[in-house]
Amino acid sequence: MDLLIAAMLTIITAATPLLYAALGELVAEKSGVLNLGVEGMILLGAVCGFAAVTFTGNAAAGIAAGALGGAALSSVFALLALGLQASQVATGLALTIFGTGLSALLGQDLVGAAYDGLPKLAVPLLSEIPLAGALLFHHDILVYGSLALPAAVAWFLTRTRAGLVLRAVGDSHEVAHAMGYPVIRIRCLATLFGGACAGLAGAYLSLAYSPLWIENMSAGRGWIALALVVFATWRPWRALAGAYLFGGITIAQLHAQALGVAIPSQIMSMLPYLATIAVLVLISRDKSKIKRNAPACIGRAFHPSS
Amino acid sequence: MPDNRPPPLLSLRGMTKTFPGAVANREVDLDLRGGEIHALLGENGAGKSTLVKMIYGVLKADAGRIMWRGEEVDIRDPAAARKLGIAMVFQHFSLFDSLSVLENIALGLAPAAWAGRGRRNELRSRIHAVSARYGLPLHADRHMHTLSVGERQRIEIVRCLLQAPKLLIMDEPTSVLTPQETSRLFETLKQLAAEGLAILYISHKLDEIAALCRRATILRGGRVVDCVQVADQNARSLAARMMGEELPDADLRPPAAAATADRPARLEVAGLSRAPAAGVAGGVALKDISFAVRGGEIVGIAGVAGNGQDELLSALCGESPPKPGDTGCMAIDGQACALAGARRRRRMGLAVVPAERLGRGAVAGMSLAENALLTAFERLPLMSHGFIRARACRRFAAAVVARFKVKSRGVDAPAASLSGGNLQKFIVGRELGQSPGLLVVAQPTWGLDAGAAQAIGVALRDLAERGAAIVVISQDLDELMSLCDRIAAICAGRLSPLFDTRAVSVERVGLLMAGADAGDNANRAARDAG
Amino acid sequence: MVYLSPLLALGISLVAGTVMFGAMGVPPGGALYAFFVEPLTSAYGWAELGVKAAPLLLIAVALAVGFRAGVWNIGAEGQLTLGAICGGGIALWLYRVDAAWVLPLMLAGGVLGGMAWAAIPAFLKTRFNTSEILTSLMLTYVAALLLSLLVHGPWRDPDGFNFPESRLFSDAATLPVILPGTRLHLGLPFALALAAAVWVMLSRSLVGFQIKVIGQAPAAGRYAGFSERATVWFCFALAGGAAGLAGIVEVSGPIGQLLPGISPGYGFTAIIVAFLGRLHPLGVALAACLLALSYLGGEAAQITLNLPLAVTGVFQGMLLFFLLACDVLILYRMRIRLRNRHPGKAAA
Repeated sequence: MDLLIAAMLTIITAATPLLYAALGELVAEKSGVLNLGVEGMILLGAVCGFAAVTFTGNAAAGIAAGALGGAALSSVFALLALGLQASQVATGLALTIFGTGLSALLGQDLVGAAYDGLPKLAVPLLSEIPLAGALLFHHDILVYGSLALPAAVAWFLTRTRAGLVLRAVGDSHEVAHAMGYPVIRIRCLATLFGGACAGLAGAYLSLAYSPLWIENMSAGRGWIALALVVFATWRPWRALAGAYLFGGITIAQLHAQALGVAIPSQIMSMLPYLATIAVLVLISRDKSKIKRNAPACIGRAFHPSS
Repeated sequence: MPDNRPPPLLSLRGMTKTFPGAVANREVDLDLRGGEIHALLGENGAGKSTLVKMIYGVLKADAGRIMWRGEEVDIRDPAAARKLGIAMVFQHFSLFDSLSVLENIALGLAPAAWAGRGRRNELRSRIHAVSARYGLPLHADRHMHTLSVGERQRIEIVRCLLQAPKLLIMDEPTSVLTPQETSRLFETLKQLAAEGLAILYISHKLDEIAALCRRATILRGGRVVDCVQVADQNARSLAARMMGEELPDADLRPPAAAATADRPARLEVAGLSRAPAAGVAGGVALKDISFAVRGGEIVGIAGVAGNGQDELLSALCGESPPKPGDTGCMAIDGQACALAGARRRRRMGLAVVPAERLGRGAVAGMSLAENALLTAFERLPLMSHGFIRARACRRFAAAVVARFKVKSRGVDAPAASLSGGNLQKFIVGRELGQSPGLLVVAQPTWGLDAGAAQAIGVALRDLAERGAAIVVISQDLDELMSLCDRIAAICAGRLSPLFDTRAVSVERVGLLMAGADAGDNANRAARDAG
Repeated sequence: MVYLSPLLALGISLVAGTVMFGAMGVPPGGALYAFFVEPLTSAYGWAELGVKAAPLLLIAVALAVGFRAGVWNIGAEGQLTLGAICGGGIALWLYRVDAAWVLPLMLAGGVLGGMAWAAIPAFLKTRFNTSEILTSLMLTYVAALLLSLLVHGPWRDPDGFNFPESRLFSDAATLPVILPGTRLHLGLPFALALAAAVWVMLSRSLVGFQIKVIGQAPAAGRYAGFSERATVWFCFALAGGAAGLAGIVEVSGPIGQLLPGISPGYGFTAIIVAFLGRLHPLGVALAACLLALSYLGGEAAQITLNLPLAVTGVFQGMLLFFLLACDVLILYRMRIRLRNRHPGKAAA
């Protein structure tokens, strides 16, 4: 039983960064922005968060720095792809290349530094419940946040006027512009939100998941998060389900070894990537489903003058 | 006119708008009073849309004043216009396909309309109240992509009316409606005007102006040429003012169609059915389409936009291979071609002019010479051993430019640098230059000035006289009636039988466009076709 | 005009690099010298430039074709890895054979391996409409793990003290050096030949025309009867083959064995090279030299100035950012001028 709880706890820790990154990207994509720089933003968030914690010793500063780092990099994307209308695909790729290099550069003195992880916040009383207490109510703040985020995003998108406007901008920027909505400003905000979420995902990696900094520590999670958005057909709750599914696959390797299954670790490590491909195929094969759910303007540059 | 009346609801003085290199509006004046339906009349490109976009705050005027109830106002953006009480129904609807009717309407209203569940329910009941009062049936919770074009327009109108506007601007509202839907719209507009609403009605259709409006401001080349009482005018005098020197379309049909009746069919389509393209909003399935076109005749296919015209054009030109479940036979000059791709069909003698010029008929960033190659390499010697004969391409492009008087900076100019009309002349010229046996044309003269339209009509007739079969797909019924020998209407993916244009009335075709009497027409078709 | 923006981007990147070095407490003048001049002060340095430029050019010129067609293959790194695995596998399998046909067989194996790996996203894209960006990238991680699996397990050098490395390739399986005394190998002529062939194809052939049309206006491509499906396959096969060749050339040339890490990110840097070179073979060749220099400079700066290798990545990323920005600014000005000349559309 303890083994089961331990396994489920590791699934939660593996799913949390994916969930942050995927939800941030989901909001950006809903507004019509395809930012392929998630991987770079996660890395920058991770290094910023870890650096802040190393220098201040304050967990809250680390989390804030992670979010700011991701948002700062996404503002470069906003400037180029939204402000100057450069190709979103090319800008996103540049963001990942740049973010990978910059995080490695910033983090060169942090390699080997130690941090003992975000403090766990036990919910009074509830955490005392056997099994469920340990599983659900004894986590760090970022895990609680990641569980609240889908609800917040879903509520924002469907119930608030700002969310409605954001969806409208993603559906047709020409029409939204003609109706007087500030397309570029809305997309910039969505992009910044996506960047901050990716930064939080990075902060979780370097502050909680494996509290240390190593180059390229995100190991493709940014790209998996992008695939998760497609998997979720742009719906927040499905992103939650997808993140936990992938979290389970990601840590399968640990438990296979613990159970003594003699499969090379590399094969187990391939699983999340292969699963991503499999899931993408399953979702994308129905063209009309993608078209119906995907924001119609995704990835298209908007020229306010025309 | 004694001027002790209150000032007009809206007055424009000296409105001028220059786009880089051209003047879209020059010193336009206009007065509009409450309860009046005022026509803004002009050809495509006369500057009508530019003018109303300035009134609605979408464009900023370079010079000129806007007075609202006698006070000068500055309309910075559409929100400012809405605040004054100005509402507008655009030619291209301002609707979001992925949202519901309710959400679409809320986006056009003040922010409070979407705040909280109670407000949303209130909005829903207001929508139903307005739609019932003005005969505009709507269901608030349906999703946009399930609605017809007519229903979409209703949403636009209801959305405007919910703002309790003083002025309603309508930009070519009937171009997407059947004649029957049009007359229903007119009933609604007249009811609104009777209640005191001012309506600025933009059109280039003279019969509509006569049926609806009291006064008309006529624009030509960005200037007001006249402001007239419609009752004092007839269609001819309005047309003369609208077009200036140019003559309205002449009837291009030969006196009788009998000459072609015994020729063999060059295009035969039988039982053609196609599932709608996956994921395309508003995709229409083609249902059991059958018709044949003989050499030497022009067949028109009329219909309101979005009734299967795009799908029919794709199926005829072989852009996408048939999918499982698609049925039907097709033959060009007796040779079956249902399974052939676009390139093989071209070798069989097909040429196609699609409706979208930039991006489909031509590649925006490529030169005219390269765009000439785009479709012509199958039938003209522009290639050798897989390599492009650049000089031959340039020669062919130059010949097209010369024959159709395409205004361009030479054959190296990118297609995007041509105006819409000149690009259309180039595309038509490229297709005609391949001397096709069968030509399919969509919206041949849409947006063209009368002179260019006339030139293209004459060229099509020429080609037919040399023995080719021609299919023209168009929303412009008047154009089809003056150009084609036989005509059919497409509605919801079904094609009516063909009728001789000399024997069938416009009203009858209008009914067919609306899908009426599609069932019992077999023998009547035979009778009408004579 | 179109070449103005890469030059401008390079200039701004150098300025930004100066600022960056200054911020890191390194004298900018010395750093820039170490980065961009010092590597080229010897003949050996020039040859090394060719060694680094060859894989970049091979991959980038093929990627450029795909980017022209709107096919976003960003998994060239994985295709490179598979080329190395397949070609290298042949070398290990035949390590006792000393025959002239071993090397051509390895090269063919590398090309086919890269193509096979690229065929997966191509198949998924054409059959299931799956985003090639994500699948080709996922396969890069899978390829890296596959290589790691092989060199940790079955292909590990029996006499290699348990290091995760294969045995060294035999002489027959080693790419000949074309400039004695350096490491410059046959890869460079291969790359130049491919660039020339792509140049001819893009500018003169119907295939190239087809690729450009589909990339610029897919609807026009369908209208003309060009197959998008075939174009996707062609672009992936070309890029996969070229990346696979780059992979086998690397392991049979400068490296000489299979290692867990055989490429310093050539497959990703090639994306920058392709854009920097304006997706044109000649421009790509120049850009490949520039980014090869950034690799050499990064290594030199690591040794002489003790700067981290990551500086290279930062510089490359900045270069691409500034390029995109300059591009847009320059194109935007051209667009305005175009509108000035032909106002008809705007007024309608």
